[in-house]
This record gives sequence, structure tokens and C-alpha cells, in this order.
Amino acid sequence: MHITQILFWFLSVVALFSALMVISSRNPVYSVLWLIVTFFSISGHYILLNAQFLAIVNIIVYAGAIMVLFLFVIMLMNLNHETEPRKNRWLRLAGAVSGGCLLLVLVAALRNTEIRQQTAEINTGDIGLISNLGKTLFTEYVVPFEISSVLFLSAMVGAVVIGKKE
Amino acid sequence: MPINYYIFLSLALFCIGIAGVLTRRNAIIIFMCIELMLNAVNLLLVAFSKMHHLKNAAINATAGTDGQLFVFFIMVVAAAEVSVGLAIIVMMYRNIHSVDVNFLNRLKH
Repeated sequence: MHITQILFWFLSVVALFSALMVISSRNPVYSVLWLIVTFFSISGHYILLNAQFLAIVNIIVYAGAIMVLFLFVIMLMNLNHETEPRKNRWLRLAGAVSGGCLLLVLVAALRNTEIRQQTAEINTGDIGLISNLGKTLFTEYVVPFEISSVLFLSAMVGAVVIGKKE
Repeated sequence: MPINYYIFLSLALFCIGIAGVLTRRNAIIIFMCIELMLNAVNLLLVAFSKMHHLKNAAINATAGTDGQLFVFFIMVVAAAEVSVGLAIIVMMYRNIHSVDVNFLNRLKH
């Protein structure tokens, strides 16, 4: 077994286990910490796929900024105790069963498709490096890039307006 | 690595996110499950872009760059969404002193 295959299976198991822990731990702070583990393992997958720019952006934006924001909000509301009210047992069971049914249907639909003979190249290919992505981003996709700055400005103004006291 | 491994991994992450949205009552955890689903889609887009690159590298040396840029834009939109969504949750906590989504049915009355 090659080292990249071992890494792939290891990262997949870590991602799935920590994603399960996100939805099953009682304390919201533990959920945030497990979600950070999930994001790091997804970044490991990006590095395996040689998409280094996205791996770094994923760590900085998700694990660095967004998760800290979540932690701040949880601390601000004093939610870091385990007395969260839970749905009753049948509603929880129904939610888990319907999620599992969706997984079952999608896996059954995609199991024998034609695409499964294809492979994704690992450890090679330089399209994920920052020079290629930057060249394409600032030539073909420069208009969406500028529009996204307007989106950020409106999100900032919206967050301030909503969060402001009356 | 065969592409269907990535497809099934992303599907499993996405369905775990859906099960979390359906089973939890805390609005912040529901929000985190939405982030999990976005990340599953991002992983699948990157895997497909590498698959496309492997197939078309002889014709076009930069085939598959678009997919990774879409992931970048999804991250941009997700960051904006999180800032506004958390502001809404904070405002809701200030008004009804809870983040339980079952108490959010007052728009009906």
C-alpha cells in the first residue's frame, strides 16, 4: 500500500469520525473543536490533491476565522454547558434515519455510473498552485472577484446593522 | 485515487451534515452543520477538477483551474454568510434569550 493511499484512508476516517462527533457531542464548544478537526483533515485532502492554495485558504478562513467567530459567539452567550434542550427521541431518530436514507439513495444511484473508471490525480499537476490560480483569477474571473468585494462590504454593513443595539 | 472514493466520502460528509441539521435544536450547531455540507461540496469540486485536469491536460494545460476557483468563491460567500448569520443569531439571543430553534416559531402568529 502506497503512502498516499494510507494517508487518504487515514484522513477520510478522521474526517468522518470528527464530523460524527460534531453532531453528537452535547457541549457546543466540543462541537466547534471537532469541526476544526474536520476542516484540518479536509485541508489534508486538498494537500494530497496538490491544491495547496485551497488548503492554506481553508485553514486560514475556516479553521482560523470562522471557527473563532463561532467560539466567540458561544462564549458570549454562555452556552458552554451541557444543559442544551434536546429534541425528543423519535424526532432525533427520524432525522438520523432520513439522513441515512439520503446517503443510501445517493450511493445506490452513483455506484455504477460511468465516471467511476476515472481517477483524480494525486501529488502531481500544478493547477492548484497559486501562480496558475492567480493568473486565471485576475484575467478570466476578475469581474466576480470585484463583485465579491462588494458582497463582503454589504455583509459587513449588514452584520453591524443587525448586531447593533436599538 | 479513483474518483468514486471522493464521491462517497463527500456524500457521507454531506449526509452527516443533513442529519445534524435535522436532529439538533441549537441554532449554532445547525449553522455549523451547514458549514460541514459546504465543505463536503468543496472537497468534491477539487477532486473533480483534478480528474478533469488528468483527462484534458494534453489539450489544455490549465484544465480544471475553474473548479478550484469556484471553491475559492464558495469560501468567500460562506465567510460573508457566517458573519451575517451569526449576527442574526446574536440578535435572536438578545430578544428571546435562547438559541433554541423551537422557540423561533413566532413569525407564525
